[in-house]
Amino acid sequence: MLDDFFIRALFAGIGVALVTGPLGCFVVWRRLSYFGDTLAHSALLGVTLAYSLEFNIALSVFIISALIALILINLQKRTNLPGDALLGLLAHSSLAVGLVVIGFLSFIRFDVMGLLFGDILAVNVNDIIIIWIGGAIILLVLKFIWKSLFASTVNYELAEAEGLDPDKAKAIFTILMAAIIAISIKMVGLLLITGMLIIPAAMARNISNSPQQMVLFSVIGGLLSVIIGLFTSLEFNTASGPSIIAASLFLFILSLLKIKQSIKLKN
Amino acid sequence: MSLENKILVKLKSAGFRLNDKWLVQGVSLQVEKGKIVTLIGPNGSGKSTTAKIALGIYKKIDGEVEKYTNKIGYVPQKISIDWTLPLRVKDFMSLTENLEDKTINEALSLTGVIHLKDKNLGDLSGGEFQRVLLSRAISKKPELLVLDEPVQGVDFTGEIALYELIKKISEDLNCGILLISHDLHTVMSATDHVVCLNGHVCCSGSPIDVAKNREYKALFGEQASQTLSIYEHKHDHIHTSEGKIKKN
Repeated sequence: MLDDFFIRALFAGIGVALVTGPLGCFVVWRRLSYFGDTLAHSALLGVTLAYSLEFNIALSVFIISALIALILINLQKRTNLPGDALLGLLAHSSLAVGLVVIGFLSFIRFDVMGLLFGDILAVNVNDIIIIWIGGAIILLVLKFIWKSLFASTVNYELAEAEGLDPDKAKAIFTILMAAIIAISIKMVGLLLITGMLIIPAAMARNISNSPQQMVLFSVIGGLLSVIIGLFTSLEFNTASGPSIIAASLFLFILSLLKIKQSIKLKN
Repeated sequence: MSLENKILVKLKSAGFRLNDKWLVQGVSLQVEKGKIVTLIGPNGSGKSTTAKIALGIYKKIDGEVEKYTNKIGYVPQKISIDWTLPLRVKDFMSLTENLEDKTINEALSLTGVIHLKDKNLGDLSGGEFQRVLLSRAISKKPELLVLDEPVQGVDFTGEIALYELIKKISEDLNCGILLISHDLHTVMSATDHVVCLNGHVCCSGSPIDVAKNREYKALFGEQASQTLSIYEHKHDHIHTSEGKIKKN
């Protein structure tokens, strides 16, 4: 018989995978992996602030991540530094500040490993509700901006010329990124969230030939990763985050085999 | 010519500056329903920039742009598509507006690339891709078409056919077309109004008037207007580099 905590983790993981699937495709298409990383690293600061102020974790992470995204956009306009340097600067400084703040919170029992790599034991009913409601809102908003976001991902000027609003779509997408990190942090851990976004989407890219198909396979890949990962985590008592990401890596490797096969067929 | 011709887009001494360098300035023109306006001029004369001003891609501009339609089809001069995206021709057709399958088929047939419908965009040749770009722009039955070198890379016979198609589209859809072209023969035969650019508007008018113009000849050579009678107008300025104007 499966334990209650495991069922909870499964529900939470499935909710996360349904959202990371489509968002992850855009992260791959728009080359935003390091942007995702930066937001995720800043999440630690959000978590520590939530603990010290006794505030909701997801909300606090969301606010801090969105703030970091705003600072990034501002720095891009004000400085001549290249984008990757700015991303690194924000990622590591916010991670460092977060860890320093943790040092000051010695009166609270803190599971740093759980924060970094995810902890299925920590998932409670409240978290599941936040994941599912938050996830539903993210998907709805994504559906709403899909046309503009997708068209401008293909070609900014075409989208702009033909009456869509790429700039607005981009700004909203940034907020969605902060939101998905906020709701999935307990599940996957802040070091591995970007993996959850990228690896299933990368796997899907290998085996699909249209955008819709890629989104679908990315969702399926994410779901399978969560299910396989959580069962392994239960079986071998490993942290949930790394187990899920390892499972998605396994699926990615399988998708490479498919590519090899189709190249053989072509020849 | 009726007076009720609807104006689709109007530029009033519009200009755009990038890093303190004017790409184009002082352009006034308008595109009306059912009319083809062609921009000609040497490389770097601001043709594409003018098109982007008209389309609203460049927002921080000098002067004014008035746009009276939102149904716009655009064929950009340069387009780079990122192949991290799995995109078939038929997905690309519905990029900015959802279209019925029938509409997509019709548009692809018009430019002769219906057989490429299920192909991946990355597998097309330059000329094939250009035809797909054109079909996509016309498929949504726009009121205003902006075509920036729409037949580049298309083979010679295809070029003629596509220009004829463009002319036919302007009649069938009664849409206005802002065309950028290097092909002066086409310009002369299919266009209602020609605007000759070189950092600013050098001259404009009907194709015949422009061909007679001295500035036009200075830009394109005597041959370009050989067949037409010589018309002189007083050229009151000379051009320095970057298309700046120096009064005589």
